[in-house]
Amino acid sequence: MAKTDIGPPNYRNFMPPIIQKNYGKWKYHENPKPGVLKHVAESGDELFSVRAGSPRLMSTDHIREICDIAEKFCGGYLRFTSRHNVEFLLSDRSKVEPLLAELKSKKYLVGGTGHSITSIVHTQGWVHCHTPATDASGPVKAVMDELHGYFTSMTLPSQVRIALACCLNMCGAVHCSDIAILGIHRTVPKPDHNRVPNVCEIPTTVASCPTGAIRPDPKNKSVTINEEKCMYCGNCYTVCPALPLADPDNDGISIWVGGKVSNARSAPKFSKLAIPFLPNNPPRWPETVAAVKNIVETYAKHARKHERMGEWIERVGWERFFRLTGIEFTDKHIDDFTLAPDTYRTTTQFKWG
Amino acid sequence: MANSETPLLDELEKGEWPSFVKDLKQAAAKKPMARDLMRQLELSYTEKIGHWKHGGIVGVKGYGGGVIGRYSDRPDLFPEVAHFHTMRVNMPTGWFYTTAALRKVCDIWDKHGSGLTNMHGSTGDIILLGTTTDHLQPCFDDLSDAGFDLGGSGSALRTPSACVGPARCEWACIDSLDICYQMTMHYQDQLHRPMFPYKFKIKVSACANDCVASIARADFSIIGTWKGKIEIDQKEVQAYAASGLNIREEVTGFCPTQCMTWDEKARQLKIADEDCTRCMHCINVMPKALRQGKEKGATILVGGKAPILQGAQLSTVIVPFMKLEPPYEELKDLISKIMEWWDENGKMRERLGELINRLGMRTFLRAIGLKPIPQMVRNPRANPYVFFWPEDIQKGGK
Repeated sequence: MAKTDIGPPNYRNFMPPIIQKNYGKWKYHENPKPGVLKHVAESGDELFSVRAGSPRLMSTDHIREICDIAEKFCGGYLRFTSRHNVEFLLSDRSKVEPLLAELKSKKYLVGGTGHSITSIVHTQGWVHCHTPATDASGPVKAVMDELHGYFTSMTLPSQVRIALACCLNMCGAVHCSDIAILGIHRTVPKPDHNRVPNVCEIPTTVASCPTGAIRPDPKNKSVTINEEKCMYCGNCYTVCPALPLADPDNDGISIWVGGKVSNARSAPKFSKLAIPFLPNNPPRWPETVAAVKNIVETYAKHARKHERMGEWIERVGWERFFRLTGIEFTDKHIDDFTLAPDTYRTTTQFKWG
Repeated sequence: MANSETPLLDELEKGEWPSFVKDLKQAAAKKPMARDLMRQLELSYTEKIGHWKHGGIVGVKGYGGGVIGRYSDRPDLFPEVAHFHTMRVNMPTGWFYTTAALRKVCDIWDKHGSGLTNMHGSTGDIILLGTTTDHLQPCFDDLSDAGFDLGGSGSALRTPSACVGPARCEWACIDSLDICYQMTMHYQDQLHRPMFPYKFKIKVSACANDCVASIARADFSIIGTWKGKIEIDQKEVQAYAASGLNIREEVTGFCPTQCMTWDEKARQLKIADEDCTRCMHCINVMPKALRQGKEKGATILVGGKAPILQGAQLSTVIVPFMKLEPPYEELKDLISKIMEWWDENGKMRERLGELINRLGMRTFLRAIGLKPIPQMVRNPRANPYVFFWPEDIQKGGK
């Protein structure tokens, strides 16, 4: 029997010699062009990292192609970033341009450094999730097809981190993104009273609801769901497949803006609601693509250099954000969850828009 | 394309950004399972609805997690994905690979599964997307022989992750990779055998830029910081100024504490370090000119999480500064104490941050033996509903 609890392979064995040698002894770095980082060590050694976009959902053949490239140029070493990009690590400066040429010929996009839009962190969507309100890979591909020019350049005021989660469980922790694309359900699970008695255990199903919205329905040997309490998390569907949650006509996408995780300048912050609902419109989600593009372009036009989306919005005020983007402000934008009053304006200071 | 099985997905082969549909098709050419996945996805695109069911406990011997059970709700149409379970494989820390190791994973996955992966999942694992129940154990055995192990799932420690840290970053205040690796190894049992109220995440960022979003999503966030003066190389500051960087506008103007001044005439940058909150902005903009103070360590924060169930929370400071050097006994001690307290007091599906909210920060601090200090709060309470401990109250008063 195979060994258990061995943990991951030791990363130390997977680092190129230049990193082994200069581990913890880096002096400074430069970003000579989009997608290329140059790190200089105390020893004077130079490490070049070339960053390329990826679909994240990758075939083994695609991974092997990346391996071929890394063997040809990088001595068989590479890494991935926390935002799903591939990074080729070179200790030989003369190989940077040939690598870039090879990547270009193979249609890889190089970028995602500095003041750019890097790859969209995302979840599984219809590809593999059981509670998605939208697809993940599809909207990501459609948005990035439109915005890839911001990936391969560094022309924005600051970096713009976009993330997508296909339901409000937010596997991708998108809640602190400059722009979050979030799948939302808007209708409660529909108990299939014919199937519930056969495929579900009632007490487990009732207990699975975080808000206590599920009640036993002894007459039908099934359950009922309180529409007032349900928050569409899909947890009940996980334990009881006869409680389908998805609703093709009412599931869709919401857009959230102005979050960040970095502590640079201002404190980390949550993304806030910009657009409560956009329809699912596969294969190219044109409404979502247009909405994201509009927000990025408005930000690019008005923000000061180094200002993240949320910092720009807080400086000019949300009232101006809504005016400049032309996004409609509705009652859905006003919080009514636990700490709602904290978000109401308690001063006479505001702008006219 | 007239005979394509997937006309909608085909649309997503167009365009500049790398297409996942190309990867799906690559795998589908070799694996009937990948072809049925693609056909089912096309149905989702047509009907605007997902077609997966959760359920059934699947896994490998000796573990309670690492495999996510997944079943098609249309096995009549897509029999090859009737069972389509995901395996989470603990990535090498920092996502470093040799091609030899990556090729091994690919070969194993071609032998046992769909040939489709996520590089990587949101938590950081290598996601091997889709196989049948009978392949789970043999696949695990082959992975284990190749030196790989499964990651976390369910109510367990989830696979810890770390930024690139000292491997390639001059801003690393701590050895994020070693800390992450050592904690992963130390807590293997908690990672593979779900025994907690809910998930528990540990994420290590070596500086306040927080490249693994530790503060936003980790129950236990370790974020590098420093004490002491920022080292200034005035010549390099001048070089930045000469190259067109507007120091006032782009550097000092953004300083959140206004602790720095740029003397245009003398061409000198001054920092009042006692007012600096180590946000990293000035260092980010002038990496050649500024270096962090010499005494390095980490700020420990707890309770971060995504919205489910009671709303999103950011991690909050509990230890402003901890030196972190192997074997990290103080760190392990703190993590273990917190895990135990949470395990004992947490309700089902209650994350650490929510438990702290329910029982109160003062209860948490007392349980793990930390003294309250002002660094833990943005401001003291503004309401008068103060709870006193029994020992605070004078007994037998007249």
